[in-house]
Formats: sequence, structure tokens, C-alpha cells
Amino acid sequence: MPIGDMLLRSVDDSQINTVFPRTFEEYNKWNRDVEELPPEEVYRTLFEELATGEKIQIGRALTRMNYSKSGWKSLIKKTSREIKKMTKKGIVPESYKETLIEINNDWGDPTFWYSMAQMVNKQTPIYYWNAIDRTYDQNQNVIMQDEKRRIYVQTWFKTLKVSVYVTFFCLVLGFPVAHLLANLPLRYSNLLMIFVLLPFWTSLLVRTTAWIVMLQQKGVINGVLVWLGILSDDGRLQMVYNETGTLIAMTQILLPFMILPLYSVMKVIPKSHMRAAQNLGAKPAMAFWRVYLPQTIPGMSAGGLLVFVLAIGYFITPELVGGKDGKLIGSWIAFHLKTTLNWGLCAALGAILLAVMLVFYWLYNKIVGIDNIKLG
Amino acid sequence: MNSESEKTFVKFEKIDKSYDGEVLVVKNLNLDIAKGEFVTMLGPSGSGKTTTLMMLAGFETPTNGEIYLDGMPISKIPPYEREIGMVFQNYALFPHMTVQENLAFPLEVRKLSKEDTKTKVQKALDMVELGDFGTRFPAQLSGGQQQRVALARALVFEPRLVLMDEPLGALDKNLREQMQYEIKHIHDRIGITVVYVTHDQSEALTMSNRIAVFNDGVVQQLSTPDILYEKPENSFVAQFIGENNRMTGTIKSIENDYCSVDLENGAGVVKALKVNVGGVGDKTQLSVRPERVSLGSEGNGENVFTGKVEELIYLGDHIRVRLDVCGNNEFIVKVPNEGSFNYKEGDSIKLNWNPNDIRALDPVN
Repeated sequence: MPIGDMLLRSVDDSQINTVFPRTFEEYNKWNRDVEELPPEEVYRTLFEELATGEKIQIGRALTRMNYSKSGWKSLIKKTSREIKKMTKKGIVPESYKETLIEINNDWGDPTFWYSMAQMVNKQTPIYYWNAIDRTYDQNQNVIMQDEKRRIYVQTWFKTLKVSVYVTFFCLVLGFPVAHLLANLPLRYSNLLMIFVLLPFWTSLLVRTTAWIVMLQQKGVINGVLVWLGILSDDGRLQMVYNETGTLIAMTQILLPFMILPLYSVMKVIPKSHMRAAQNLGAKPAMAFWRVYLPQTIPGMSAGGLLVFVLAIGYFITPELVGGKDGKLIGSWIAFHLKTTLNWGLCAALGAILLAVMLVFYWLYNKIVGIDNIKLG
Repeated sequence: MNSESEKTFVKFEKIDKSYDGEVLVVKNLNLDIAKGEFVTMLGPSGSGKTTTLMMLAGFETPTNGEIYLDGMPISKIPPYEREIGMVFQNYALFPHMTVQENLAFPLEVRKLSKEDTKTKVQKALDMVELGDFGTRFPAQLSGGQQQRVALARALVFEPRLVLMDEPLGALDKNLREQMQYEIKHIHDRIGITVVYVTHDQSEALTMSNRIAVFNDGVVQQLSTPDILYEKPENSFVAQFIGENNRMTGTIKSIENDYCSVDLENGAGVVKALKVNVGGVGDKTQLSVRPERVSLGSEGNGENVFTGKVEELIYLGDHIRVRLDVCGNNEFIVKVPNEGSFNYKEGDSIKLNWNPNDIRALDPVN
């Protein structure tokens, strides 16, 4: 249900239609090839709807109008103030068109009127275009955003890149640990298991801030490296508030999600298999490669998928340790959700995220087979 | 080379094995196995038989002593260079490979050509009558079929020696018996040396040329199945192999190969074959097989006793009679069903046995 609601919201544009239903009806009759500006009727209905409309409803609509073209908000605000004054005095304008242009010159600017075309329909793809740095020009063609407003495409690629790296590092680091867990005598493996699970029981925020302490320029790691003489005092490494920090912290935080499925798969591989392979003449490395590793594929794929899916939507950690550079798409979703309240864009970003995951899931199913997954 | 060393193919020489440096799991093991022989290590669990097998395969190293294969010491040779085939307890078939790939694995690591590999794999599969199952995965086979694949895989690379670690333990009774014969026939046909580990005595008796009975890390007796059954050298072997009636007593006198034994609680005096006893006055345990006791006659007058029938069990080909004799109410006699048995529970009955059939062995504490 929430997912369905989110998907609907990403294309929903009905709210503004409840505020200006008559204006939009008249607007649709406007023939742009014949007249430069909309006909008088459009101005009249707009005037009336602004005069009678509820303030809160109009306010919401304004936010939406500004997505299509900035300037709408202040234009409408000013205009409706004037209209309210006029209706109080009981003035009924002779020509609505001229009155409005008198109130604000922008009403004579056709580009404002052109951008209204995006709002007329009850559904709109604008949020999706925005989510990949596209917008409409005045002729309703899809174009790239201004150079300085292009942020999402590169964030998408960065998110994918970071997720792939994090998955890879988790696999490389998690495999030996899982192997130890599965093969050590019980009392050692129990202890090791606690070390693996301990971070699970610690708050995510605590772990993330701990990484800041560790990685920052005056932090533990830099301090030790300088103390050992490996780094000079002014050559301290910048390891946090950038992509490196995001990578390190996310790898550590997501590592258990790789280790546990791997462990559960390794646990049930009989030890006799390695022995049998050696008995049949394979050197230990060969036995590992041909006999052991293929049997851990279900665990690797389960862990890999889990870590990847979690990483691609991660936002607290990148937000805190990522700085400007290490921000992922999740951070932007949270930003629009809480700060700009542009829920349509949030929903569109989320929907794209969902689609990307489904594509990966499909790819994975094609390559490895979903039956090959094993979580425990 | 003298004929003695030529005959010996595998030689365990004074092998000790300890896992923790304190308890010896295998103590002073000396064992010679000839080429082409089928030798079984038989014993209860924890007796050291599997450890011995693992040392031969190379997965455990002896604490002391040396193992020779074909005259060469092998303790320093890693398992993958020993050229010893092995059938594991749970088969250890690789689940991600088909039957063919499983069988081809030892050949591929030896870098055999594709054609050679293919013909050898097919030959091995035909040998275990699974010629059409090559493309299946192990999980798609029944237990018996998996067992045969494991056997074929252990033989396909023509090892010098095959080890089997309780290979039939996971099969049901009928299949187990059938596989026993099958393994025996394959052994007869290709003449390979087999070292077999089991805790099932009937399996050992059926298949082996010789059996080494293990207990407590020590080989109790190494003999052919018939000698093991008929002439056990100590109480453990007598007890472990087949059924036997036990009585304890003290040695009263010794004459040549025989001794007279005073049974406990003054239940009588028995003349028995002197096998493994101390001197006069020492404790001993007597052992007689249930089928060597005759009921209702006095024989030649030696070892004649009277017992009370406690229980009769009809088993078709024979009748199992539980008697109270000489203060032992667990005394079992097997009477062949010849149609002339007409005793009832509670009857008193005369019974006797030949002094050659009752063996005076070491006392059990």
C-alpha cells in the first residue's frame, strides 16, 4: 500500500486541478498559434478562482507551480493580494486581462502561460524528468536542466558505484571471516560471532559517528599514521566527509549482512568435501577453488544482493560521513521529503530506485537464478 | 628383497597417535597388509579405527612411528600425492557437479586428455552399473546409487589402494547387504587392496580376507573371519564377534592344553581349553558359543550340567533357548529346528559341551 501510494504520488498532479479547474478548462481552449496571450476568459476565471479560493489550497498549488517555472509563487501571491483588496472594495474590472497585467507585468509574459500547460493534466511526468536532471522548455520539449542544477544523474551513478564497491569490499572482507566462523572450534567461533553481531546491537548513529572520530584529519587513524612516521603532520589523509569515508563506514556497517548468509551456507558444507577433493589429487588451493567456492555461491549471492539493496538506498551514513561529495540518492530523497516538501520528486526518485533494484534483481535471476539464494 | 617384504604392501610400524598430547587414541599399532588384500578394521566407536584410516589417507599425522606404502615411508607425503582412493562415510560427493563431473574431477586434476577422461569415467560408471546416470546430480540419486558413485570415484583414477570409512552406514539393511556383495565382487574382479572400516561385525565377516579388531587404540586380534569367530584370543574379541555365553571362575588346575575352572558361587567345575590365562588361582572368563552346546545328552561325560528352561524363542530355522545354568540365567543355546525339540519353559534339562569349544580367556574387570 505505501509503495502504491508512493508510485501514484510520483505522477499525481490532481491537487492543482482542484484549485484552478475552470481556469484550466478555459486555458485548454487557447490557440497559441493565433493569440500571443490567452483569451480574456482565462484571465477572468483565474481572477475569480484566486478571489474565491482557499488560501491553504492556493498555497499548496503555488509550490507545485514553482516546480514548472520559478517566479510563479511570488507572482500569484502578489496578484491575489491585489485581487483580495479589489473584491473588498467591490470593484469588478472591465477587462480582467488588462487589470491583471496592470497588477503585474509578468501576466503579459507568455512563458508563464506556456509553463501552465504542464499543470493542466491530472498526471504529470515532470517529477521523473526532474529526477534525471531534465525539465521542459516553453514549447513543452524535454531539455537538460541548467548546468548548475544538474545533480541527480551524477548522484545516481555515484550511488550505483558506491553500492557496487561496498558489495565488493563486503564480499572480500566477509568471506574469510565467515569461513573462520564456520570452521573454528565452537568456543572460538562463538566469540567471533559476538564480535560480528556486536555492531548489530549498537546504534547506527553511534557507529557512524565513531567512524568520524576514527577517520577525521585529527582522528585516530591519521594520528597513529603520523606517530608511526608513515605520514607527515601536514600530509594527513582526508578520509571522511568524502566518498572514501562513505565507502569505509558503509562497508563496516553492512558487513554483517554479508557474513551471516555466507556463514549459514558454509556451516553446512561438510568438511569431508575438502578432504575428498585432496584425496582425489587436488592441491588445497585447487580443492578450494573447484569444490568449496562453488558451494558458497548461494551465500555469496544472498549476501551480495542484501548488501547491494541496502547500500543503494542508504542515507544516514552517507549523510553524516559523506560530506558534500559522498552524498547518495537516499540523502536527496530525505532532503526533499523533509526540507523542500517536494513529495512528488521524492516519490519519483524512490520509484526510480525501486525500478533499478528490480532490474538488478531480474539480472541476478537471469545470471545466478533466484532459487540459488540461501539466507539460512 | 625377501618374500616377506614383497608381500607387505601397507605397513604400520609402531604407530602412536594422540590428539591432545595426553591420551593415546592409537597405541603401538603394528599392521601389515598384503597387496590385493581386503582388510577390515572392526571395533566400537572411539576405538581408533577411523583415526588409523585417516593417518593412512594423510589427513592425520602419526605422533610416533611410520607408515609404509609399497616400501616407502609416506608420513611426509601430502594426501593429494598419495594416490589413495577413499570412500567417505557420507560419500562426500560434490553437490554442484554432475555424476560425470564428480568422476572426472580426479582425472582433470591429473591433467588427463578429454577423451581419456571420458572413456575412463564411462568405464567406471558401467562398473557400478550406473552408465546412464552420468548427467544427474548427486541429490537426484538414491542412497545406494550415491554410494556406488562414491565407489566409482574412488576407483576411477586407479589408485594404489582404496580406503572405505563406514561406507554403508547410511543405507538400509537390505541395500547394505547387497552393496556388501557388490563391493566384494568389485574387489575380486580388479584385485585392488582395500582397507575397510566398520563397526558392523557381520559386514566385516562377509567381506574381509582379514579383520583387525580394534579396542581402546589397540589391535586385539588380526585374523581371518573364521579364526576370529572360532578362536578368539581374548574376551573382548569373543564378546564383540558373534554371540557367546560367559562364565567367570578361578583356575583350579592346568593339564597340558586344558584347565579346570571353579565357577563363581560354587556352581561347578568346567574343563576348558586354555587360551589366554595366568596360572593356578588366577581369575578367568570362559566363553562358549550358543551353537556348540548340546541339549538332552551327556556326550562323553565331560562338562555335563543341568539347567532350567527360562524362555523359548522360535526363530524358524532354529530355536533359541534361554537357560539358567551354573548360576547364569542368561545362558543361550541355539537348537537347530529338526522337529524333535519338545521341551517347555520350566523344564529341567541336561546339557553338555566339548572342552575344545569352551575357551578360558582373560578376565574382564
